[in-house]
Amino acid sequence: MPAVQETVERVKRIDVDQYRYGFETQIESDKAPKGLSEDTVRFISEKKNEPAWMLQWRLEAYRRWLTMTEPTWARVNYPKIDFQDLYYYSAPKPKKTVTSLDEIDPEILKTYEKLGIPLREVAMLEGVEPKPGEQDPARRKIAVDAVFDSVSVATTFKAELKKAGVIFMPISEAIREHPELVQKYLGSVVPTSDNFYATLNSAVFSDGSFVYVPPGVRCPMELSTYFRINERNTGQFERTLIIADKGSYVSYLEGCTAPQRDENQLHAAVVELVAHDDAEIKYSTVQNWYPGNSEGKGGIYNFVTKRGDCRGDRSKISWTQVETGSAITWKYPSCILRGDNSSGEFYSIAISNGFQQVDSGTKMIHLGKNTSSRIISKGIAAGKSQNTYRGLVTAHRKATGARNFTACDSLLIGDKCGAHTVPYIEAKNSSATFEHEATTSKISEDVLFYCVQRGLSQEEAVGLVVNGFVKDVLQQLPMEFAVEAQKLISISLEGSVG
Amino acid sequence: MALLEVKDLQVRVEEREILHGLTLTVNEGQVHAIMGPNGSGKSTLSHVIAGKPGYEVTGGQILFRGEDLLEMSPDMRAAKGVFLAFQYPVEIPGVATMTFLRTALNAQRKARGESEYSTPDFLRKVREVSKSLNIPQDMLKRGVNVGFSGGEKKRNEVLQMALFEPSLCILDEMDSGLDIDALRIAADGVNALRSPKRAMVVITHYQRLLNYIVPDVVHVMSKGRVVKSGGKELALELEASGYAQFEDAA
Ligand SMILES: Nc1ncnc2c1ncn2[C@@H]1O[C@H](COP(=O)(O)OP(=O)(O)O)[C@@H](O)[C@H]1O
Ligand SMILES: [Mg+2]
Repeated sequence: MPAVQETVERVKRIDVDQYRYGFETQIESDKAPKGLSEDTVRFISEKKNEPAWMLQWRLEAYRRWLTMTEPTWARVNYPKIDFQDLYYYSAPKPKKTVTSLDEIDPEILKTYEKLGIPLREVAMLEGVEPKPGEQDPARRKIAVDAVFDSVSVATTFKAELKKAGVIFMPISEAIREHPELVQKYLGSVVPTSDNFYATLNSAVFSDGSFVYVPPGVRCPMELSTYFRINERNTGQFERTLIIADKGSYVSYLEGCTAPQRDENQLHAAVVELVAHDDAEIKYSTVQNWYPGNSEGKGGIYNFVTKRGDCRGDRSKISWTQVETGSAITWKYPSCILRGDNSSGEFYSIAISNGFQQVDSGTKMIHLGKNTSSRIISKGIAAGKSQNTYRGLVTAHRKATGARNFTACDSLLIGDKCGAHTVPYIEAKNSSATFEHEATTSKISEDVLFYCVQRGLSQEEAVGLVVNGFVKDVLQQLPMEFAVEAQKLISISLEGSVG
Repeated sequence: MALLEVKDLQVRVEEREILHGLTLTVNEGQVHAIMGPNGSGKSTLSHVIAGKPGYEVTGGQILFRGEDLLEMSPDMRAAKGVFLAFQYPVEIPGVATMTFLRTALNAQRKARGESEYSTPDFLRKVREVSKSLNIPQDMLKRGVNVGFSGGEKKRNEVLQMALFEPSLCILDEMDSGLDIDALRIAADGVNALRSPKRAMVVITHYQRLLNYIVPDVVHVMSKGRVVKSGGKELALELEASGYAQFEDAA
């Protein structure tokens, strides 16, 4: 069955108000007391058995955060968040350290199974190892780190990665086991003082993934993290740090879901990427946090800071995102093109339906010579949603020969939604060449009728046309995610027509 | 029972009546031509039969094998065997023609409660049909109608007609924008699909097309009505004398 068809089948089986990942897992959890104070920060640090330097780092961030105010420049509206009314730490019990999958609460494993996440290595491979040189994507290995509320519950394929010299583990573990690496890189791309949410994250982050790829190593498999918010009134503040040393390569995927709840939940993550000389990092996200119901009640507030530093010459960082979830998305995965001849890419599909609000885009900061960047953004707005692309491209005085190409396309479905494009361009040297293209169109009635005349239902037709519209970006995703993303796109558009 | 019965059809677009009581009966195996000047309502009729939104039917009936077509969603009509070859086929960027054909074919089969085609069966069928229409496989990998020439777009319509095997084919101005060679290929494709089980309604402004697709019945439409019907010689008569004589009759 072709993916589109499968998508369509899926859409048909789902009611408008039914978010597929909206179940809750019944497990006991260990929580920090509600609210935020130095004590909360100490509590988290202690739970994680952190060294003193880490606690200091957090406390500094916390004190800084107290002096900051929430940003208001994004085109999103939401009631004021009471930061004292949240839990900042929640761990599934029993909290003894897990060393293998068998020690994980079966309820949690079941949750991941429902989500379709291949935690069990055996299941993933169907018991068959790919032959050397075999390129069957269906059998490709993916190492998974799964973060449940505030803690990482399982990392697969650890041994095999270790053989290659790749470190892939929960960041809480890396802080204890590789303090020299963490201390060197943490906050080096997104400083603790960077912005309100990043600073908050620095104070209270609980877990996330850590990746280090040594010089010259091509990571032997895709690395992947799945984030899941389960607890009520709990913020999720994960922190991801990926370092690709000289001449190395890594592809990393991230997926997110949350239960369906009436209240809004806060998610404020920080992701830092560092690429040294000739290294390449490919970072892909399929974000499907609960978007709220058809009346706009509930849903995740997704306030995320993602930034990559092309620190070395000829390094490359590529962000690909498929954003379908969250009530509010505030997210600008960016690249600092510091090394000469380094390059950055941003490929984005942002879909909003119902009452969702998306303000997303990227920043490409050209500092080195002959740096290049490419931005392809596809925004799709349906229902009563608002979808904004916000992008910044700058070239520093020394960034001679900087090049950027930006193409922003927006597609409107219906007439109660909005799409907005806000590009900022600053070239401080005359040799920079920046190209910008933008289009906004309504989904064509004639195209939909053509499809329907050939037997597709109205909803199938919308799914097909939208999947065509975003194809350039979908092609950037690793195969396994592309298929999943394609389904997700159609599902998230259900109820957008008629 | 007639395959298609249009009875006293009245249609409005944006408060203006376009069809003022149109009647037409088409039986299985027949090829009907509908001729008429621009603006006489030919495309409107084809759109209403296919179920395009935006038209208000204020009177009359359309029966398809005795079933009320106006009660059915347009995709259901397609599944029942109503096919409209568009005058201006649209482009669908990013959707490979092959994917589109397969999605549509399986959607129709599913709606009829039939099993979906397996990949090899589907590919075999497409290859067979596209070969007879001179459609290179390469074209099927491109986005639906994206960058296709006028002739390629029309051949793609005929390809779909051949693949979906509808029982009623309505061809709206199939000859528009085609040179003689392209017209001949498309018309040969259509002729190959003539069968005792299938009816065709060929809409055209010019008699030229009817040299290639020879009709059994010719209707002349003017100002939203059928004003004259006859055999294929009526088309030649029109060619000689023009539509002016019918303008008053309407
Ligand atoms: N969407 C529309 N809105 C307004 N008027 C329309 C629309 N579609 C068709 N018409 C009018 O209906 C009449 C018949 O048009 P049409 O069916 O396209 O004729 P034909 O195909 O015979 O040239 C014309 O006067 C045309 O202007
Ligand atoms: Mg017409």
